[in-house]
Amino acid sequence: MRPLIQFLIKNYNFFLFLVLEFFAFLLIFQNNYYQQSAFFNASNAISGGIYSYYSGFTDYLSLKKVNKTLADENSNLLNLQKSSFIKTNNKTFIVNDTLYQQQYTYLSAKVISNTTNRINNYLTLNKGSKQGIKKNMGVISPQGIVGIVKDVSDNFCTVTSLLHSKSKISAKIKKNDYVGTIIWNGDDYRIVTLKDVPTHVKIYIGDTIISSGYSMMFPEGISIGTIYLYGTNKGKDFYEIKVKLFNDFNNISYVYIVNNLMKDELNELEKKSQNE
Amino acid sequence: MNNNLLKNIIRFIWLVLLQILVFNNIEVFSFITPFIYILFIIMLPFDTPKWVILVSGFMMGMCVDIFSNTGGIHTASTVLMAYISPWAQKVVSSKQDPEAGTQPGIKTMGFRWFFFYTLILTTVHHICLFYLEIFSLTDFFGTLKHALYNVAFTMVFIIISQYLFIGRKTE
Repeated sequence: MRPLIQFLIKNYNFFLFLVLEFFAFLLIFQNNYYQQSAFFNASNAISGGIYSYYSGFTDYLSLKKVNKTLADENSNLLNLQKSSFIKTNNKTFIVNDTLYQQQYTYLSAKVISNTTNRINNYLTLNKGSKQGIKKNMGVISPQGIVGIVKDVSDNFCTVTSLLHSKSKISAKIKKNDYVGTIIWNGDDYRIVTLKDVPTHVKIYIGDTIISSGYSMMFPEGISIGTIYLYGTNKGKDFYEIKVKLFNDFNNISYVYIVNNLMKDELNELEKKSQNE
Repeated sequence: MNNNLLKNIIRFIWLVLLQILVFNNIEVFSFITPFIYILFIIMLPFDTPKWVILVSGFMMGMCVDIFSNTGGIHTASTVLMAYISPWAQKVVSSKQDPEAGTQPGIKTMGFRWFFFYTLILTTVHHICLFYLEIFSLTDFFGTLKHALYNVAFTMVFIIISQYLFIGRKTE
């Protein structure tokens, strides 16, 4: 026993090094796979507090742009209002509101921290579990999809950005409904890649890409971007489509968190059919 | 001694804030971010016990990780860097032997010594960091290229900081 202890004492620096590295790798794996590291990320009270204090200063820089997007969005919503339509059909008709049941609710949130320059990017928002935010809710901005909620604390949440090496979002081409998967390869924060669209489909540069509605996080038809470049790999039956995002990820100030009211029902149903 | 300790604690806080609030928002060519916070480990005095260097490297990496949502990649690479830093001090030969209590810097050790010492540590830290971040060896050389570009930018900022802040105070 004594030689062992002596050995440990003599090389304690090396063992300390091993122990510390062990903890570091524990954190890495936790962050990558289990997503349970509720404390060690930017959604905890201290770092969230510092970020929201800091964004109190930097917000002023983007006020002009935020105002413009809000005004644009308001005018779009006004266009959709029933009062701005004129009745062209003079025959009688019934407006039956029970035909519709609300599936998605939106909650606005402020971005208090955001990166675009890493391979795995995250945002921090100023809404948390007290405001009803849960894991895996979708996050959109007026221009398009932003990401998915990763961790939630009382008053803050972190969001896995669309610009994340492991993010996968189901999308489709607006004009012909062919579905593919959006991924990001880590190069340019304005460009993402759409995969899994078969080569017999006719596509053109400038076609719009929207969300497919196949995932439970996003409603159908949220805009993502336009086709900017496309090509095929030799011997493959699928396009590799480069999509230019509508969103300028460097300049997001306000976003909406999407709550799918029928998520639990859908989840249960899918679980049931998987078990069989 | 106490004065030195206080100075290092203040530098620690100052560098963490600088990294997360300023340098994390810098991006050159959309993928380069200077990691200035490693300057803390680089500038720890020569006679610092090894375990202090390791623990402070761990804490430094952890702080940056928490704020940038990166799990433990900064922690792992900063601890590795802290472990080899005494070795790096010996490898880079210098004309004068450092007195106990002085901290490595251009003013105390000369430009050439400080440049190579920092280059070794920054390269080890960045290569470790970039491979851990992408967590795969596909596109091995692409990742290496990214890491080395980033080393260049971090080096530039570290050397500028030497002339801007530390140079005058040690006189």
